Amino acid sequence: MSGRRRTLVVAGNGMVGHRLLEILVERGATAEWDIVTFCEEPRVAYDRVALSSLFAGATAEDLELVAPGFFDQVGLTVHVGDAVATVDREQHNVVSQRGVRVDYDAMVLATGSVPFVPPVPGRDARGCFVYRTVDDLEAIRSYAIEAGCRVGAVVGGGLLGLEAANALKSLGLETHVVEFAPRLMPAQIDERGSAALRLRIEELGVVVHTATATSEIVRSSDGRVKGMRFAAASPDGATPGDLPVDLVVFSAGIRPRDDLARAAGLTMGERGGIVVDEACRTSDPAVYAIGECALAVGRLWGLVAPGYQMAAVVADQILGGDRTFAGADLSTKLKLMGVDVASFGDSFGTTPGAEAITFDDPVTKVYKRVVVGPAAITGVRPVLGGILVGDATMYETLMQMSRGAMPTPERLEELIFPARSAGSASTGGIGALAGSALICSCNTVTKAQICAAVAGGGCTDVAGVKACTRAGTGCGGCVPLVSDLVRFELVASGVEVRNDLCEHFAFSRQELFDILRAQRIASFSELLLAHGRGRGCEVCKPAVASMLATLGDAYILDGEQASLQDTNDHFLANLQRDGTYSVVPRVPGGEITPDQLIAIGHVAKDFGLYTKITGGQRIDLFGARVDQLPHIWQRLVEVGMESGHAYGKALRTVKSCVGRNWCRFGVQDSTALAIELELRYRGLRSPHKVKAAVSGCSRECAEAQSKDFGVIATEQGWNLYVCGNGGLKPQHAVLLAGDIDRETVIRYLDRFLMFYIRTADRLERTATWLNKLEGGLDYLRRVVIDDCLGLCAEFEADMAGHVARYRCEWKETIEDPERMARFRTFVNSDETDANVVFISERGQPRPAYADEKPDPALLALGRTP
Amino acid sequence: MTITETHAHALAPTWVEVCPFDWLISGRGVCALVGGRQVAVFRVDDELFALSNFDPFSQTFVLSRGVVGSRGDHLKVASPIFKQSFDLRTGACLDDATVSVPTYAARVADGQVQVACP
Repeated sequence: MSGRRRTLVVAGNGMVGHRLLEILVERGATAEWDIVTFCEEPRVAYDRVALSSLFAGATAEDLELVAPGFFDQVGLTVHVGDAVATVDREQHNVVSQRGVRVDYDAMVLATGSVPFVPPVPGRDARGCFVYRTVDDLEAIRSYAIEAGCRVGAVVGGGLLGLEAANALKSLGLETHVVEFAPRLMPAQIDERGSAALRLRIEELGVVVHTATATSEIVRSSDGRVKGMRFAAASPDGATPGDLPVDLVVFSAGIRPRDDLARAAGLTMGERGGIVVDEACRTSDPAVYAIGECALAVGRLWGLVAPGYQMAAVVADQILGGDRTFAGADLSTKLKLMGVDVASFGDSFGTTPGAEAITFDDPVTKVYKRVVVGPAAITGVRPVLGGILVGDATMYETLMQMSRGAMPTPERLEELIFPARSAGSASTGGIGALAGSALICSCNTVTKAQICAAVAGGGCTDVAGVKACTRAGTGCGGCVPLVSDLVRFELVASGVEVRNDLCEHFAFSRQELFDILRAQRIASFSELLLAHGRGRGCEVCKPAVASMLATLGDAYILDGEQASLQDTNDHFLANLQRDGTYSVVPRVPGGEITPDQLIAIGHVAKDFGLYTKITGGQRIDLFGARVDQLPHIWQRLVEVGMESGHAYGKALRTVKSCVGRNWCRFGVQDSTALAIELELRYRGLRSPHKVKAAVSGCSRECAEAQSKDFGVIATEQGWNLYVCGNGGLKPQHAVLLAGDIDRETVIRYLDRFLMFYIRTADRLERTATWLNKLEGGLDYLRRVVIDDCLGLCAEFEADMAGHVARYRCEWKETIEDPERMARFRTFVNSDETDANVVFISERGQPRPAYADEKPDPALLALGRTP
Repeated sequence: MTITETHAHALAPTWVEVCPFDWLISGRGVCALVGGRQVAVFRVDDELFALSNFDPFSQTFVLSRGVVGSRGDHLKVASPIFKQSFDLRTGACLDDATVSVPTYAARVADGQVQVACP
């Protein structure tokens, strides 16, 4: 052995190129190889599949696939923002665009693909984009903002086209999808599936034009997109004419990026793509090609999972192994604009003797098609493939059946309607899976590997299994299955899987809520005695107090309830870092009279409070001592103000824009609706704070799509959005129902809020709750709109009870001398806390920092200086 | 009314009267000024506990406003600022073994809560 280190050049650091590096590093290749990779984009590998999440709150960093420090390892070099420009196969070297020259022993082309832009006149207008990279999305976003775009169109109604449409919708644009074929996603789903998908997408407000050819992008005099000209692709297509649009995204398929290979004289496919053998080797044995640029087993593979398999094959070949690529499963399960779409196996039923069982429900817009083959000797008909639209919960089970890893049920209708009797369908299904069943197609992880990671590897959660096996780290589609499998394995191995509130209650918040409700338990001590242990704590006491407040009607500080509340709820104010409190009067919908403003000003001045406008359109007064709180509120109640519940896990504000009464663009009275909603839900105790907003037109000035619930006016009524939030992990709200009237908005909100309050975990905002809700938005719609649980009447009655019982906690407090007496700094003295020191800054007080105060060590002894 | 006396003390203390016992809510605290010191006084059923009101983590005087409860066999109060728990009997922080707050003797006499002034 000469010991000479060899050099591997990898052209491309996309998802597949990077996967190759990861496998090589994992398998110790850097002991012998120097690996030099060229990454043309200005950022290293990221999750392109999740690109549209960039407009739904994710950042480019969230999508990163490269582990921190990965490229610092010995033997790895990456040239970011540089691509291989020429290959000299004779001399075995490459030269990059920036002139870097590398001699190679082996090379891998992982150059991916480029979006196909149809040769339409005007396609180079300003405002025309493609949808492939983070840069593309950033360009779309900045153009949409800079040019004030209102309407966007996507050319292409395939998988990527609908992803792009989702992105435009997230940007708040009126979105059109233009597809040449007579239906959406023609490559993956059949006509009836497409029809169901179309109905669902149209419900979300996206306009779909099928059988429509774009004949021209119409430009304004300054070269910007101003419209699209259509020609009917077939008689049932759109009437020829113009559609005014401000922005166009081409997403009509991809083409392999093979120019480098072509210039290097490698064998190419007739219609493009680098021809490779089963070892993924090109016509030059020193050069491999993987991913979307490779023509393997006679075809191109436009999905990430086959690309990952090719990466594994090439890594093995480079290390002297003999793994080969014999084609891959093209089954996919996706969420397109929140709609489940799945297609697997022989979905169109082309196998001789195949027949299809279908279910097509125009009401819920669910379509299922399961293809079965001719009966085997046993009499059982094997599942060959299928299509699912609107409800893909059966996907994993059906796919495992089609792979032969799970038996087909005797009664074929169970393929469409799973038998519910023997335990829950999901866990029952998992138990029946063979060990060899492929769970994660992206990373080729089997059930047996995941079970081993749990049983032998000590993994106890999905995160652990992901780290240990890589399952679920590709497209993420299998994560629910992995999660079920982890739970199933833990239960099987005797480990109890619990979601206990705390050490005092072996129940989740939802279970405790059901217990309180069903057994009509009205106090914490009763609950603790019957169902808990110990004395309670700062976790369970406020949580139970909140549930009791939802269920009952007592003043929250009466009797034992007083001892349960967190300090904020105990003193009905917000504790600040120096031990003082802030006061926020309710300003419903942000509407406030001059007299109320003046009164707030006087109170702030008289009590020396720091005054700031909040994000929820109210006024926060800081720096109040406990003993000042009731006096402040006496003054506020006098001028008709009431508690803003800023201190509680409760409804905070319903923010609004000024709406139709003043605004030139407003189409509805957003302020009036915001006030109505805020007054309806004020004081409603919930698992976490609830923020809301109402916008008077689609310009969305109230930012309703970032709230727990948001209402946006339309010409016909209101669009109701739910489960968004700002904060640590921002997430856009999703459309629950569109173009509904005021009464329906309120009815759905009553149901939605009560369902959330009953079932969420402690401190779980609506967004997280929805993310964890099995069945997601579809299920939420079925509960809230279709009343599939039959609980809506109860939800509405509970909310009516809340509305009827509401009283201002502060008004009740100041009317009762005994309650007032609780607000004392010292129980035995009228002195004030000497540790609370204010400094004046910009004409207002703020708490002193440690170095501005008397020695805290002295204070720690409690000596008043 | 039972007379409850907690915590040993070295020298004969001066007892300072704080408030009537029935002003206190079980499971909740109040703050008293005892010889210039801020003392958090808690009632749990008919038992009394007295700790310094000072929360060393936030450097504020707030412990009397925390939620009272238990962890295992320890009765404790959680600071309302950053939620660290302190043992009501010993003053030891249950989340950080290096931190503790002073404790004081407390009792009920003639229906009045009294705290020992060291």
